[in-house]
Amino acid sequence: MSQGGRDLRLEGVTKRFGDFVAVDDLTLSVPQGSFFALLGPSGCGKTTTLRIIAGLEDPTQGQVFIGEEDITGLRPYKRPVNTVFQSYALFPHLSIAENVAFGLRRRGIKDFKSRTRDMLGLVQLEPYADRRPAQLSGGQQQRVALARALVNEPGVLLLDEPLGALDLKLRRQMQIELKRIQTEIDVTFVHVTHDQEEAMTMADTIAVMNNGVIEQMGHPEELYENPETTFVANFLGQSNLIVTEVLSSSPERVSVDCHGQQLEIDSARSHTDSGRGWLGVRPEKITATARGAEGRNGANLLSGGRVSDVSFVGVSTQYLVAMPWGQELMVFEQNTGQRAQLRNGDEVDLAWAPEHAFLLDARQDAHAGVMTPEDLE
Amino acid sequence: MATTLTRGASGAATSGGTARQAPPRKPRLGRWMADRAVLFIGILVLVYTFVPIGYIIALSFNQPSGRSATAAFEAFTWGNWSTICDPDGLCESIRLSFAVSITATILATVLGTLMAFALVRHSFRGRAASNLVIFLPMATPEVVMGASLLAMFVSLGFDSVLGFITIVLAHVLFCLSFVVVTVKARLVGMDSRLEQAAMDLYANEWQTFRRVTLPLAMPGIVAAALLAFSLSFDDFIVTNFTAGQSVTFPLYVYGSKLKGFPPQLFVVGSLMFLVSFAIVIGGELWRRRRP
Repeated sequence: MSQGGRDLRLEGVTKRFGDFVAVDDLTLSVPQGSFFALLGPSGCGKTTTLRIIAGLEDPTQGQVFIGEEDITGLRPYKRPVNTVFQSYALFPHLSIAENVAFGLRRRGIKDFKSRTRDMLGLVQLEPYADRRPAQLSGGQQQRVALARALVNEPGVLLLDEPLGALDLKLRRQMQIELKRIQTEIDVTFVHVTHDQEEAMTMADTIAVMNNGVIEQMGHPEELYENPETTFVANFLGQSNLIVTEVLSSSPERVSVDCHGQQLEIDSARSHTDSGRGWLGVRPEKITATARGAEGRNGANLLSGGRVSDVSFVGVSTQYLVAMPWGQELMVFEQNTGQRAQLRNGDEVDLAWAPEHAFLLDARQDAHAGVMTPEDLE
Repeated sequence: MATTLTRGASGAATSGGTARQAPPRKPRLGRWMADRAVLFIGILVLVYTFVPIGYIIALSFNQPSGRSATAAFEAFTWGNWSTICDPDGLCESIRLSFAVSITATILATVLGTLMAFALVRHSFRGRAASNLVIFLPMATPEVVMGASLLAMFVSLGFDSVLGFITIVLAHVLFCLSFVVVTVKARLVGMDSRLEQAAMDLYANEWQTFRRVTLPLAMPGIVAAALLAFSLSFDDFIVTNFTAGQSVTFPLYVYGSKLKGFPPQLFVVGSLMFLVSFAIVIGGELWRRRRP
């Protein structure tokens, strides 16, 4: 089934529900055989995008292509696309084997029995072939949903929050399993999720969506280390965002003034070059040391901090450091045992390498993409 | 469980003499009655429910001295069970009842199922009003419905054809709302994502309906059909108004009250009970076999 040039492409796809724009002029290309994640909070348009690709929703504008074929107007059952639905949507009146064989039989494929058996073998559910979906656990149902879609050898497999209903431990197992299967069968996976860790674990490319548009797209590491917007900086992991004033910029470095202290940032990670900017630095990139203990050594040094909170979480210790201008910065330190733990009230300097910081346009909301637990449900 | 109990007991023993022993409970009559009050009342209610049925079955074996049955059991006989059709018009009335009920059930189930689909799946002008109006036949007193139907049939000049057709028309009318309500309840609870999943798995509109929608709606449709059948089969009031000279089984029973019940009536009554009982038991066994 898999042949070269079966990339999935969306061109200028827009979906409006009344006045609400769910997907706004979306253009993206997913290379064949890659694992692509659409990541964003609920209501960002990621599921609508998925349903447009599946044909369950018609775009208001724009086109969807697989390879050179325009599939925009095709009915769902005419598309070489299959979906693993959120909460699986298994047919309750059919056995597991009948569920998996459903697509093959509708297309009149003769050897549906052996193909079904092989697929149940791949997801390790052969002994359950004659059971009903209601007799299976959540993780098993999830594998049936996957098998039911994959057995059709689709050009593109769409996964709509497929792991959302599983508990954390099972979810981690399934993430690894999904990635393994994807690598084995070389099918394009488009995975919709709000779980940034899940997206980073599995995807080759992540597109972070917000309000119907893609904020940033790239390799997980690139998105994490060099976010271009405050939304991405906050939605993927956690970030300290400190307001600064740009002093000067050269092709290599940008210098900024941060409440009277001068800091440097790699130009490649600087997304603004004049006026005010958010200096961003990840909590695990910062080293907190007792005041004056270390020299600068080319690192950025921010002094005047005072430890205001210490939480020991086993593998690491998370500090909150109150800065003279009233902001509290997060610092995570691995518990390697090399350094003594800091205590509440300790006076500290914060240091990090210039290539570990990034600079964002200060007109953006510093709290964009900060997720409260309610947002994640 | 056993481990827990043992551990609990040894724990109590090792904690020394402080372990409090529950005093042996003395059996008291009041306590004994209180424990069994629910059971006792339950049995009474069941007896109350089953007495008329038992009475009918018993009388079906009665050999009355006169031509018609009396309330008293006189002598035992199998005779009534082999001579069901002997009384004048009894079997004709049963045949007519079946013809009417089956026709009305099929028509009401098909129409009602289509209506339920329309009301649940599509939004159209007047949907809210239809949802309300469909309850009216259920809420209308049967006497009113029967009388108004008769008046209407007569004024339309149907008085010469009063019989099978008019009874069926009337029965479809009042069965319809029950079918719509029953099927609707099933459809509302159905996940539309299952149909989307079918479409995603290469089933076109007809295959999706045939393979997913219909099988899932089927329990509701079957329940609706059974309900329609039983409503139609034992309807007396509306039928009485719309039957003209035709006699259905309920009308026959009512008519024979004047002449005295033939004992075969009790045989038919027993049979009806036994058949429905068998259906219920069979359904229950089938349900348990397939989870």
